[in-house]
Amino acid sequence: MKFARYLIALVVVFLLLVMGGAFYTVRETEIVILTQFGAPVGDPVTEAGLHWKTPFVQDVHRIEKRVLEFDGPTVRMPTKDKTYIEVDTFGRWQITDAAKFFVALRDERSAQSRLEDIVGSETRAAVASHDLIEVVRSDKDRTAPADAGGQAGATSGLRRATRGRKAIEKDILEASAPKLVPLGIALLDVRIKRVNYNADVLTTIYQRMTSEREQIAQRFRSEGEGEAARILGRKERKLREVESVAYKQVQEIRGAADAEASRIYAEAYDQSPEARDFYGFLKTLETYRTVLGARTNMILSTDSDLFELLGRSTK
Amino acid sequence: MPGPILVRGGPDWSRFRILRVVIPVLLLLIGIFTTYYTVPSDSVGVVLRFGRYSATKDPGLHFKVPFGVDEVWTLPVKRQLKLEFGFGSREYNNEDQVPEEPEVEKSMVTGDLSAALVEWVVQYRVSDPRLYLFHVRFPGQTLRDLSEAVMREVVGDRTVDEVITVGRQDIETVAAARLSELTQAYQLGVTIDQLQLKNVNPPGPVQNSFNAVNKAQQDRESMINVANGDYNKVVPRAEGQAEQKLSEAEGYRQKRVNEALGDVAAFRAMLAEYVKAPAVTRKRLYLETMRDVLPALADTWIVDASVTQLLPMVKSAAAGGGK
Repeated sequence: MKFARYLIALVVVFLLLVMGGAFYTVRETEIVILTQFGAPVGDPVTEAGLHWKTPFVQDVHRIEKRVLEFDGPTVRMPTKDKTYIEVDTFGRWQITDAAKFFVALRDERSAQSRLEDIVGSETRAAVASHDLIEVVRSDKDRTAPADAGGQAGATSGLRRATRGRKAIEKDILEASAPKLVPLGIALLDVRIKRVNYNADVLTTIYQRMTSEREQIAQRFRSEGEGEAARILGRKERKLREVESVAYKQVQEIRGAADAEASRIYAEAYDQSPEARDFYGFLKTLETYRTVLGARTNMILSTDSDLFELLGRSTK
Repeated sequence: MPGPILVRGGPDWSRFRILRVVIPVLLLLIGIFTTYYTVPSDSVGVVLRFGRYSATKDPGLHFKVPFGVDEVWTLPVKRQLKLEFGFGSREYNNEDQVPEEPEVEKSMVTGDLSAALVEWVVQYRVSDPRLYLFHVRFPGQTLRDLSEAVMREVVGDRTVDEVITVGRQDIETVAAARLSELTQAYQLGVTIDQLQLKNVNPPGPVQNSFNAVNKAQQDRESMINVANGDYNKVVPRAEGQAEQKLSEAEGYRQKRVNEALGDVAAFRAMLAEYVKAPAVTRKRLYLETMRDVLPALADTWIVDASVTQLLPMVKSAAAGGGK
């Protein structure tokens, strides 16, 4: 009785072990490769869910199904125009042939290092055969707006590129991808994440930027001076214009006034012989009034109109 | 006194009897506690059964098959997630948010081969949980790398002036569009909500010269303002003065004409009378004038018409008068 219990318990445990070893799950994110004594058996299992295998004999190897990222190290490399830049690339890849991948590389870590080697050397080759600006510019057709405003001016504008970064990235991808196919890897794309100047280069870049700015500052200042001079000139012109126009008009008005007065006088004084005579007479008398004064000595003859009576009576 | 010790072969099953109760109860409890789960209100739960996608659950309380059969991954699909580039907030709520090397990240080469420091933020949301979980591994990190690449593409196509001053809006728009396009192509399962530029500066060593340009720009404006001020001070005054002179001249004309008219009116009136009796009027006017003028003179001599040598008389009269 007791022995029978032992036996049942043993069988149950054994069955549990067997069943546990016979089932395995495959996630949505992975592919499973079964190996028997280290060698792959059958096709890779790509469908997610519960699966079974021969227990004890077969082992489960899980391989990533998702798109993976490859982030290369930052590498210092020269461009065709001998500028040292630090380039950081990244790419995306996917294990498309799990069996090949498993045989060739076993795990992701060795895949990453192969990727680094291959993409790294292609990047180096691509960068070395292009000028710096080709790596920097992407859309070679873009031009800076004519009047950018800000501090922009007659200084260095956008440099022209003939191919651009996108073309270089495509070159790298096209050169690297075939080398990875035998490893069961599809390289989906390669992008240049960062391009930075090397520390030594940076100093000269800063010098150039500084001198560029100084030039712009100088231009602003002389623009200011020029504009101020222009305004002051306009001021002087306006001033003289206003004053001279006023002088001209004043003279015209006064002249017209004098002429008008003259005409009025002449019209009245010259209307008839009597008028002329009378005017002369009146003016003479008026002149007497103003000319003769307290400092005048006057000797009048009895012949004069005024005293003619005196003379006559003495006779 | 100790009694005899009873020794029996085999285990004492009666001692383990308690396990018959404890084990099932324990299993039941574990079952209960691992059967339910809650999905937070800003998330969805993606359920995998034996590793295979089975359902997407909305927020709330849900049940699952325990003991590793069902696996639930929750994803905050309604939360706006943020990535920071070139700087990092001290508090963050997702591991991809802050950069590892902010200094390297913000340093960029512009299209005129200058350098600029650019900081920016990307706001995104998980829009397709299945793609996000099953299509790309580390989608957050991929998005970071993609954002960096895109920003450098955009900055690399612009001059340093565009980047630092006028082109911000343009850069944000273009970069956001490009990033959206690439995340679609990459099937990351996220939607880009926004891309904002933060601090954009020239590199430290050249910052002063940029400031000097700003100052020169201010100087230009102020020089122009001073000149305009001078113009505005002088010209309107001159115009006013000119108008004053014109008004005065106008007044002069009025005066001249009116005086002339007045004089002439008086003359005409007198003339009318004069014409009626010219001889008498002449006499009268002459005498009236003489009457007014002569008394005011210093000396008046009346000499007979027959006197021919006038001078000696004048002398003696002056001598006599001097005494």
